[in-house]
Amino acid sequence: MRQISRHLLFCAAVTLGYAAISQAGSPAAELQVRIAYLAYTPATGPLLSNVIGEPADAGLRGAELAIADSNSTGRFLQQAYSLEVAEHADSQSLLEAASALHGQGVRLFVINAPAATLRKLSQALADSLLINAGSRDDSLRQSECLPNVLHTLPSRAMLADALAQFLAVRRWTHWLLISGPTEDDQAYAAALRRAAKRFGHSLVAEKAWSFDNDQRRSAQAEMPLFTQTTEYDVVLVADERGDFGEYLPYQTWYPRPVAGTQGLTPTGWHKTVETYGAAQLQKRFEAHAKRWMNDRDYAAWIAVRSIASAVSKLGQADARAIRTLALSDQLPLDGFKGRKLSFRSWNGQLRQPIPLVHPRALVSNSPQEGFLHPTSELDSLGYDAPEVSCKLTAN
Amino acid sequence: MRFALLAASISLALASTSGLAATAYVSNEKDDSISVIDLTTMEVTATLDVGQRPRGLLLSSDNKLLYICASDSDRVQVMDLATRKIIKELPSGADPEQFALHPNDRWLYISNEDDALVTVVDTQTDQVLGQIDVGVEPEGMAVSPDGKWAVNTSETTNMLHWIDTSSHTLVDNTLVDQRPRHVEFDGDGKRLWASAEIGGTVTVIDVASRQIEKVLTFQIKGVHPDKVQPVGVKLSADGKYAFVALGPANHVAVVDAKSYEVLDYLLVGRRVWHLAFTPDQKRLLTTNGVSGDVSVIDVDNLKVSKSIKVGRYPWGVVVTP
Repeated sequence: MRQISRHLLFCAAVTLGYAAISQAGSPAAELQVRIAYLAYTPATGPLLSNVIGEPADAGLRGAELAIADSNSTGRFLQQAYSLEVAEHADSQSLLEAASALHGQGVRLFVINAPAATLRKLSQALADSLLINAGSRDDSLRQSECLPNVLHTLPSRAMLADALAQFLAVRRWTHWLLISGPTEDDQAYAAALRRAAKRFGHSLVAEKAWSFDNDQRRSAQAEMPLFTQTTEYDVVLVADERGDFGEYLPYQTWYPRPVAGTQGLTPTGWHKTVETYGAAQLQKRFEAHAKRWMNDRDYAAWIAVRSIASAVSKLGQADARAIRTLALSDQLPLDGFKGRKLSFRSWNGQLRQPIPLVHPRALVSNSPQEGFLHPTSELDSLGYDAPEVSCKLTAN
Repeated sequence: MRFALLAASISLALASTSGLAATAYVSNEKDDSISVIDLTTMEVTATLDVGQRPRGLLLSSDNKLLYICASDSDRVQVMDLATRKIIKELPSGADPEQFALHPNDRWLYISNEDDALVTVVDTQTDQVLGQIDVGVEPEGMAVSPDGKWAVNTSETTNMLHWIDTSSHTLVDNTLVDQRPRHVEFDGDGKRLWASAEIGGTVTVIDVASRQIEKVLTFQIKGVHPDKVQPVGVKLSADGKYAFVALGPANHVAVVDAKSYEVLDYLLVGRRVWHLAFTPDQKRLLTTNGVSGDVSVIDVDNLKVSKSIKVGRYPWGVVVTP
């Protein structure tokens, strides 16, 4: 009996050994990781400031680069990453494309779409992992967390907090807030009001932009009068589409800086970010896309890199396992931002430093020194655990 | 007797003077220059213009030639230290960042950061002997003292790549923590030390088995763990210490190279990058990128004794006798 069992044990060991060899050696054992990139960007409508357009493939190029980056690691680990792309001009077609990909077995998605579309996708792809690289919506991070969604694009609250910290350091505490008419502009303005309260700023006045004349010609005549209020230190602008905000700098009643969606801008990524190895990522991206990398490209890039980092740690590509690892604090990510990045366990948001830029230079990086936090200074940006009413659970 | 004593003290004085009379060369990444520091007076005596974005530096075994990775010029420059002139440029491949010289004093192994390649150049014939595919953003390079292994780190792939120098082929990969920056063999070539900047660790690997022996972590009072980002590593020749530059933590960790215990953290300038010993091993120089200076560590007392202002973003450092 004892001999038989020993013999059996030996057989088992031999088979195991073979399994290990074939896994390491033959290409058949390669782990295939399929990631889908889904994009729907609604049209912004006619813009006054339409001289320099935004790239139409923002996001996609970042995801593509991350697949190439991940495959170069993958070939040493027998992992092959592939990207399936679905870009549609409306929300419904995108949902259908997503279902089709899901039917083909895809369970890992990077989404560049507005919050409403993301909510629908989250429901339709309930057993999948979705990474939001397109919506800055604060409610998704605060009151309506989607259980299968992580976020790599910074929320509006993070951007506004990053800016408000810098303005506090400069002691520019009296703000004039100008906001545009769209829902997104209002959401950005709300994030600025929240940040003002958090970091001790006051709004001397708020103004709504409602002009429809051509500011390219009349900014010099109209902006000084429009910004004639109680004296302020800085003008904050909430104009996400880039309709009128570009015409505020140098045209304000008082000689004061402009910040927010134009002027000094908080963003997840910009061409002028170059330290901490970022120069290499920028070069790789520019060689790939023939243009500069923007915040959406970065969000999609780090989304795919997060999946790949989890896969190389786990040795498998199960959506649920990746999500659990991502929310566990055991997945340090290299995002070329000077410190390790990780996902907040309470709302799935990627914690990250926020560059403050103007078009041709990096002005500062938030969090600013001196804004302390009990666990991570990065959590001084955006919604922190006690402020979140919808708690994610790790499993 | 008295005479003998006098003679002895004179020769001692001479010996200590020659020990001090070393020269440090520091590459200034954002100034496209090399700062020359006289280590007797501790002053910058010259600033030499070189190619664009100079980073990695190394010396020929006779200390006569300085090799410079001019990253944005896509070349390795060779400076004759007697004349301080660039005497030739080697075909390095694109964006060379770090490199290592084989003990045969001929083969130069160069990381091409943008091309995921290691290029091997014969420094006598200036011929490219081979290019080896490695992971994304190759950075650290080291050649084992017996010349058998060239090891490269790839920052985005998070691996050490083991290159057999007899065939110039990749034979093994070791997965380490995030963003491996630098590799350093110990004196007898038995162990390899590898820093991981984002992982915040240093991994010690047994060279014979290529298995991980120890993963070191660092904790500095009052410094957030995310800011502990190990980059440069140097091992003292007596096998006693390992010094680890901890980047934006602004400290150099002193590690017992035998027990792997962290003995101390020394405060230096901001964002400390790379390290170099003086030939007598009495002092260790650090390049501090953000503060633009070099800190001098007194190795016997483990104290920082001096800081010397150099150019913008000092990156690499080497010292000649």
